[in-house]
Amino acid sequence: MSLVALSLAEARAGLAGGQFSACELTEAYIAAMIAARPLNAFITETADHARAMAAASDARRARGEAGSLDGIPIAIKDLFCTKGVLTTAASHILDGFVPPYESTVTEKLWRAGAVMLGKTNLDEFAMGSSNTTSYYGPVENPWRPQPIERPGDNRPLVPGGSSGGSAAAVAAHAALAATGTDTGGSIRQPASFCGIVGLKPTYGRCSRWGVVAFASSLDHPGPMTRTVRDAAIVLGAMAGHDPKDSTSAPVPVPDYEAALTGDVRGLRIGIPREYRVDGMPGEIEALWQQGAAWLREAGAEPVEISLPMTRYALPVYYIIAPAEASSNLARYDGVRFGLRVPGDSLEELYEGTRAVGFGAEVRRRVLIGTYVLSAGYYDAYYLKAQRVRALIARDFAAAFQRVDCILAPTAPSAAFAIGEKADDPIAMYLNDVFTVPADLAGLPAISVPAGLSADRLPLGLQVIGRAFDESTVLRVGAVLENRARFTHLPSFLAGGG
Amino acid sequence: MALDKATVARIATLARIRLSEAELEPLAAELSHILTWVEQLNEVDTGDVAPMTSVAEMTPMMRDDVVTDGDCRDAVLGNAPRAVKGFFAVPKVIE
Repeated sequence: MSLVALSLAEARAGLAGGQFSACELTEAYIAAMIAARPLNAFITETADHARAMAAASDARRARGEAGSLDGIPIAIKDLFCTKGVLTTAASHILDGFVPPYESTVTEKLWRAGAVMLGKTNLDEFAMGSSNTTSYYGPVENPWRPQPIERPGDNRPLVPGGSSGGSAAAVAAHAALAATGTDTGGSIRQPASFCGIVGLKPTYGRCSRWGVVAFASSLDHPGPMTRTVRDAAIVLGAMAGHDPKDSTSAPVPVPDYEAALTGDVRGLRIGIPREYRVDGMPGEIEALWQQGAAWLREAGAEPVEISLPMTRYALPVYYIIAPAEASSNLARYDGVRFGLRVPGDSLEELYEGTRAVGFGAEVRRRVLIGTYVLSAGYYDAYYLKAQRVRALIARDFAAAFQRVDCILAPTAPSAAFAIGEKADDPIAMYLNDVFTVPADLAGLPAISVPAGLSADRLPLGLQVIGRAFDESTVLRVGAVLENRARFTHLPSFLAGGG
Repeated sequence: MALDKATVARIATLARIRLSEAELEPLAAELSHILTWVEQLNEVDTGDVAPMTSVAEMTPMMRDDVVTDGDCRDAVLGNAPRAVKGFFAVPKVIE
């Protein structure tokens, strides 16, 4: 078996048992990363950096000082600032930006011994659900459809977004794990599209410090992995209070791996009736019911619940996220870092730089955000959205009086072709219909690959939990994973499988 | 809400994004489409519901009032498109 086919937990055991070194594992992953170039999953490869980190890891292990991720090669979404390594947010406007500091999450990962393979592609400033808005070009999903109805239609598919490069790299065995960020579904939806596990932790669980800001009240860093156990391991290293992020929660980090007991007996699983949306394919409804049946067989009790405000989550999101983005992105002015388009006056410099530096979707969202925050419209749009957001959070709070977690589909479809939905922003936004509510409420949620569509593409199921109860989310996710036995592999594998 | 070209031009000025005359019309249509879609929130009776500014139920903590960062001027200026004598440099501003 190729080294890159091992899960993170298996690789950890192999390193601990001396079956291979961090240097050997890292070389295998560097070769896989290079083989995966046709997917365009990485914006920056840092092979030399990875080799040096692997050598240091082997030395630490020899001294008996190995950390929880020592020698594990991972990829970093290019939204996390990495000291001395180009950080782009997939935007032209950050041209040449080399951060003089390290994000807290990546700092913690390196302290745990992880090895950085490179920085992964994403939608520009994480704004998108298809990884097609990147200045560095779209990412290809390693899965290809095998349509029975449309033989010969094997157009390349999107990996989902915004963490599309991270998802594609992990699925194609070009990284053992990756970081992602989830603002409206950007970890879970690409995980579903690429057949991997994606975990959005509770808001405040993982520090946002040093993560390029999109919508500060909604941005959640989290892990993307091939198994639920791997997600538990990586989350354990990423999580924890950070005084540099004022919204970071000063709460202890439990042992997430210890939560994977396999025992869900007696847990009440909410099945929200409002997630049965018009036009959802029958195969997704069937998979959802299958998921509930698996949990019932394992001793849990599915319970129908109501989250009446669900249908308003997307419109709330598409006011709050652009509003926060228009404020956060004001810093890109051509003065202190990144791209500068010269102008005769300061105004011209600002306007020219931002016109050239931002892509179409980012400009659209900054303009919407500016409008809903502008005098005369602030109350009607922005405050209204914040009030409905409170009602959405109340829905969840009421549901969690009755249930321990919630089961839902991750996305309303499997991966679609690159270029599809490109003309209609709202059709694209609808991808996030099942993921946005947990972002608005700040709740932990995991996507686990659970089955294949008729076109033989992966479909994920999502488990949403109470705030700071990632443990239950992981435990239930692992039971779904175990029952689903999702062993299918994408048609493109960088390491040869 | 249907936005006209003049409104789009005004927002673009507020957002400091230069738009060409040709871009205004299609953007007005796109933005109007999105705004009309989000206006379904008007169906919701939000009565006395307070706006939710953050999901984090916590009181911001006080920290010791000490300097924890700094002395890195050159590292910060290292990313500037143009820096002169320890300052960010921009076109001359005369008002």
